[in-house]
Amino acid sequence: MENTIKQQLKATALRARLAALEGVWRAKSGHPGGSLSAADILAYLYFRQMNINPQEPQWEARDRFVLSKGHAAPGLYAVLALRGYFPVENLATLRHPDSMLQGHPNMHLTPGVDMSTGSLGQGISAAVGMALGAKIGSEPWRVYTLLGDGELQEGQVWEAAMFAAAKGLDNLTVIVDNNNLQIDGTIAEVNSPYPIAEKFRAFGWHVIEVNGHCFDELEEAFAESKTITDKPVCIVAKTVKGKGISFMENNVGWHGSAPNDEQYNQAVAELKAALKEVEG
Amino acid sequence: MSEVKLATRDAYGQALAELGAINPKLIVMDADLAAATKTGVFAKAYPDRFFDAGIAEQNLVGVAAGLSAVGYTVFASSFAMFAAGRAFEQIRNSLGYPRLSVNIGATHAGISVGEDGASHQCCEDIALMRTIPGMTVINPADDVEARAAVFAAAELPTPCYLRFGRLAVPRVNREDYKFELGKAVTLREGNDMTIIATGLMVAEALAAAAALDSEGISAAVLNIHTIKPLDEEAVLAAAAKTGLLVTAEEHSIIGGLGSAVAELVSEKSPCRVLRVGVRDKFGRSGPALEMLRRYGLDAKTIAETVRQAVSK
Repeated sequence: MENTIKQQLKATALRARLAALEGVWRAKSGHPGGSLSAADILAYLYFRQMNINPQEPQWEARDRFVLSKGHAAPGLYAVLALRGYFPVENLATLRHPDSMLQGHPNMHLTPGVDMSTGSLGQGISAAVGMALGAKIGSEPWRVYTLLGDGELQEGQVWEAAMFAAAKGLDNLTVIVDNNNLQIDGTIAEVNSPYPIAEKFRAFGWHVIEVNGHCFDELEEAFAESKTITDKPVCIVAKTVKGKGISFMENNVGWHGSAPNDEQYNQAVAELKAALKEVEG
Repeated sequence: MSEVKLATRDAYGQALAELGAINPKLIVMDADLAAATKTGVFAKAYPDRFFDAGIAEQNLVGVAAGLSAVGYTVFASSFAMFAAGRAFEQIRNSLGYPRLSVNIGATHAGISVGEDGASHQCCEDIALMRTIPGMTVINPADDVEARAAVFAAAELPTPCYLRFGRLAVPRVNREDYKFELGKAVTLREGNDMTIIATGLMVAEALAAAAALDSEGISAAVLNIHTIKPLDEEAVLAAAAKTGLLVTAEEHSIIGGLGSAVAELVSEKSPCRVLRVGVRDKFGRSGPALEMLRRYGLDAKTIAETVRQAVSK
């Protein structure tokens, strides 16, 4: 990947982290941890990977994205706003009753959201249905969906995984945000879904393992995913929950709580410093 | 009533096959019960547009949602127990909340499943489905109505739950009958009271009304095929005109048609409402007709309920 492109992606992901955090801070609720772990993946998808048109969110030939881990909505909203789906100012209304930005994604309220999600395990099935629809209609567009690693504990995920492989849905790419933490502890302590890659392989998927914060690796993985035929692809992205903010990283307490003013200011200072470093 | 006896699930399968010829965007899904739910009739005619999710109802509903989100007309089927029951939250969150126009074709509803017993006799589905905002809930009385309901549901832009039975039931509607979604059908006029029935209990209501007539009780019969949205006007008119309502459904008396009618009437036109249905019990294994009698889902129970109410 060209260095300038990589720098732009890094800057975009940092801006998305800033915006997501601001929304959660203003709302005094929301899920920063998983938004931050997924920020690089979401930035990559919307700024580099997917064939989309923010001026025409319902464009029929667009690639689809389903945020199966719907609680990372602040991260998704931030990336959608930065990509031009709606004004960045709207992000300040996160979680307000009359806002287009509800606590979890709603496909009718937010331009760019392709499926309403929030109840874990359900988004992947919808993504599978979309990919099946594309196959039936011989459509060239692809479907992407982001799952949490704790979400893999939902039985429906494996119902969907079995079905997608049985139908040979090679137009579907699942990304697992493997940040290793869920509300009650580490995913291994609570109810281990490991080994994740082996499980998807056993279900008949093509699996690629990457560092979910490395744009070179993401670029390679998504390029590879497009070359696979007759099998759906699962990218297991190793990530850090709370990525980018020192006191949130790998801290389970930041799954679903908002920073206070002091914490928010420190987080902003850290992200702005990182942004300055990237942009020079 | 005509001599024809057909299960509503048979009409469902036939209607899907008919629709398949008209609508090239029609997709039908099942969860390993295609022979029983009769989606197999469609599968045979249009194998490329039929998908079996296997024994995985949660994913069945989710995949149907995804297909709907990209422009297909979808019917997804299983037994009522596993569609409305097991996949309740998927129907609520993946269809109801995003208002995706998937039609759940739930067969083998109620106690008339028969020998399979309580684990398969779903008497809670109407209650579950009608609490979901924006959900349409249809429970056809016979094959004519079932066919018409399938065609109407296919045109709906919002999710719909269609409730079909396993048992062959008498035809109560004429073949030229015009089905109107959300409109109750007066099958018999009467002045003393009104029996408000749905599904296979409509035929029982007509038989009860005939028996009561010979005893000098004039009972009207109202067929409510669309439980949600409820035809409030028709129910309130019946309450105002006859002053006594007896509901009849092959469903729990908790949360179904009886509840819907009582909720409405108690707010807008108070009158006595008695409910015939499954009285907070699980079923048993046995022949369908025997089970219907055992749980009081027959003309005799309806008539007796009316007699007691009228004599008071």
